[in-house]
Amino acid sequence: MRTILARLSLAAILLSPLTSGQAGAADVVNIYSYRQPDLIEPVLDAFTRETGIQTRLLFLDKGLEERIAAEGINSPADVLLSTDISKLVKAKEAGITQPVESDVIAGNIPSEYRDPDKEWFGITRRARVVYASKERVDADALSYADLARPEWKGRICIRSGQHDYNLALFGALIAHWGAEKTEAWMTGLRDNLARKPEGNDRAQAKGIYSGECDLALGNTYYVGLMMTNEREPEQKDWANAMKVIFPDIDGDGTHVNVSGMAMAKHAPNRDAALKLMEFLSGDEAQRVYAAQVFEYPVKPGVEASDIVQSFGALKADTLPLTRIAEERKAASEMVDRVGLDDGPQN
Amino acid sequence: MQASQAVNPAPPSPRRTATVRGLRHPLIRALALVIALLVLLPVTVLVGVGLTGSGEDWPHLVENVLPRSTLTTLWLLALVSAGTASIGVTSAWLIVAYDFPLRRLLAWALILPVAVPPYLAAYAFGEFFHFTGPVQAALRGLFGWQSARDYWFPDIRSTEGAAVVLTAVLYPYVYMTTRVVFLMQGRNIADVARTLGARPGTVFRRVLLPVARPAIVAGVALVLMETLNDIGAVEYLGVRTLTFSVYSTWLNRGSLEGAAQIAAVMMVIVFAILMAEQWARRKQGFHAARATHLKARPPRARLTGWKGVSALVAILLPILAGFGIPVQVLGRFAMRRLDQLSDPALGDAFLNSVLVAGGTALLTVAVALLLLNAVRLVRRPSVLALARVSTIGYALPGTILGLGLLFALARFDNSVDAMMRSWFGWSTGLLISGSAGAVVYACTIRFLALAEGTIRSGLEKLPRNVDDAARSLGCTPARSARTILLPLLTPAILTAAVLVFVDTVKELSATILLRPFGFSTLATHVYENASRGVVEDGAVAALLIIATAMAPVMLLSRALMRDETA
Repeated sequence: MRTILARLSLAAILLSPLTSGQAGAADVVNIYSYRQPDLIEPVLDAFTRETGIQTRLLFLDKGLEERIAAEGINSPADVLLSTDISKLVKAKEAGITQPVESDVIAGNIPSEYRDPDKEWFGITRRARVVYASKERVDADALSYADLARPEWKGRICIRSGQHDYNLALFGALIAHWGAEKTEAWMTGLRDNLARKPEGNDRAQAKGIYSGECDLALGNTYYVGLMMTNEREPEQKDWANAMKVIFPDIDGDGTHVNVSGMAMAKHAPNRDAALKLMEFLSGDEAQRVYAAQVFEYPVKPGVEASDIVQSFGALKADTLPLTRIAEERKAASEMVDRVGLDDGPQN
Repeated sequence: MQASQAVNPAPPSPRRTATVRGLRHPLIRALALVIALLVLLPVTVLVGVGLTGSGEDWPHLVENVLPRSTLTTLWLLALVSAGTASIGVTSAWLIVAYDFPLRRLLAWALILPVAVPPYLAAYAFGEFFHFTGPVQAALRGLFGWQSARDYWFPDIRSTEGAAVVLTAVLYPYVYMTTRVVFLMQGRNIADVARTLGARPGTVFRRVLLPVARPAIVAGVALVLMETLNDIGAVEYLGVRTLTFSVYSTWLNRGSLEGAAQIAAVMMVIVFAILMAEQWARRKQGFHAARATHLKARPPRARLTGWKGVSALVAILLPILAGFGIPVQVLGRFAMRRLDQLSDPALGDAFLNSVLVAGGTALLTVAVALLLLNAVRLVRRPSVLALARVSTIGYALPGTILGLGLLFALARFDNSVDAMMRSWFGWSTGLLISGSAGAVVYACTIRFLALAEGTIRSGLEKLPRNVDDAARSLGCTPARSARTILLPLLTPAILTAAVLVFVDTVKELSATILLRPFGFSTLATHVYENASRGVVEDGAVAALLIIATAMAPVMLLSRALMRDETA
């Protein structure tokens, strides 16, 4: 009997968070997020201070869209936060988002960074740039196409070709160049690699510092994060060993990806969710993103951080973002076909 | 019949005699069936998802992905099983048969690496052996090299490197299963063989290995399944296994159906492993006779001089690799972040981890006992097959298993909700999915194989006649299970509970998918803090995972140690 009681009470404890998960009070907004909590918490705290609306965050690394779809009309999700354009498009295509009419958001976010059907909105931009060794690379300007040139043989480092950031870049190149030219380029890039693709963008910077490679592909904000890393000051050395080069695609500019937001189709707290989305597109939130996370704000007039500005001016590729998402599958298959992740072969 | 009457002063009724032979147990069979179905629910859902797929992913998969990832997976499995088997068996034998400095301390320290999640070990090895890590820095200092181009250093980010990492944290499974056998029987048999003049090497090869084979295979089978379902370590180390292909098919090529189809192929591999294990255990007739725990046992051979030193090194190396390196690397980062210890979120995460892991351990052991008891009572191949198939979830990547469960639970919740709405006009919402209960459910399915395998090993070591005797004396099956089997199985049950507890504390991928709002475990806390793939910020919580998993391991080995000295 005692054991039965013990089990029942354990079950009660385990099920208890569920009840709070069901609360639908008007002063709460539920967020399902692909972005790590520590990156959004400063912004969410500011939102709560300003509006009195509490936020609850559920961070997932995979399967966010599947979870909301499975939860259906009972899903507590109000707002989705995502780190990549393809995931925003996937959410829209899965039918788990709804259009959002807001003059505030439309005024804050330029049209190229939001969905024509108003189902997703970019919040920040990330530019995929070239990290180059200050010591061993003289060039100050490079294009993505240059990375396949024979002079860089054995000198380039990248993270896995199957990672979101690289897939988005390859998708953009396929949209610009067509599949055939991109595949030839990717093969050249593969044979220029100094080692098998591995680690994250920071690991590539580390590779430049250690002398394993001279060039690497990486997102801009990693440089800012490394330069200001007080806990691991050695990372400042990695950042200082390299310079940032903004490559372009045949003069069209540098590839950018967005992190963004969408409203869940069955959002139980629609009004609060709308307020949050408007807040995220506004000056204050955009400034926090720029200052603390070193991403490029989407809102015109909000400046990037000083560190990011010191890299030089960003000229962003004007290719519609949805084209990147459309080519994602083709890009992923190309990476497999070329064997990019196997490292150099010739 | 006559014989049993002769033994039993109160002759059993004919009905009871029938139960002794195990012909009818409708209740137990029904219960076992229900449990097996609940356990197999997500797997069934996944197979269903796979069947809805058009197969359009396969030309690409067959041409560019699967041949390679299958080979990589098999090579990794081969390396890891060879590595864990040799380390596990050698260390178990050294600990049981010989005496050398620090033996008793090392006997439990050898289990410690099991507390380290593979994804953290992969990260730690990556840091430790990287250009900027202590090993290469020391080499550069020693030889005056300047840059990475001046010398060659083996790359940890390779299939072989991943095998080293996984071996370092997974060998304790083999060590634990093998050591128990050596303890229970090995020394007795070895003593006999030695008195008959066999040399130590011969004793090991001809006598001990065959005796321990089923235990070794059981341990290696667990290792293989852990290797197969791992995504954290292989992804970090850039090794494209089948599990990696499952994820890239689903996430990068947008085909959950294709991913489920690959997962189905993986389940076939697992099934082969399970069958091989069954086959290896087929002649396990070495039931320990407990009476051989003689006080007059000859003392352990003392290893001194260089022999003692080499034994010490052979045992210290795996401990240092599987436990020392991760703790050193994480400890260095954690020291810079001790302020995180006062974060109340960390305390919550700790509490949640202990609750979920404790609940999962209880539930899993209960389910395993029930299934095994059903197998023991109902001697039918169908029941045996059902029990074995129920453990298949262990080999599936956690997120994939979690998705299968999520689909099933959410469908159930929404149906109940729709019914309640139309009948009574109120909504029950999501009852189970999105609750911590779903996390426990998922972990129970994932780790049932651990509990089932461990307890089954214990059960098989018991002479069959133990409970037969009781039941021929008129004991009901339930009573003989409770009064005879359970006490004898206590060490195995404790071991199973601890193993499941430890694995649940380490579990990340199913937990992060299924958990409710505001519910963090230590593992998800590490992941959340380690923003953008930087583990340093999660180092404090990562060490707490290891500590939380260590505590029961230490208690367990103390309990087992008492058993050993008895």
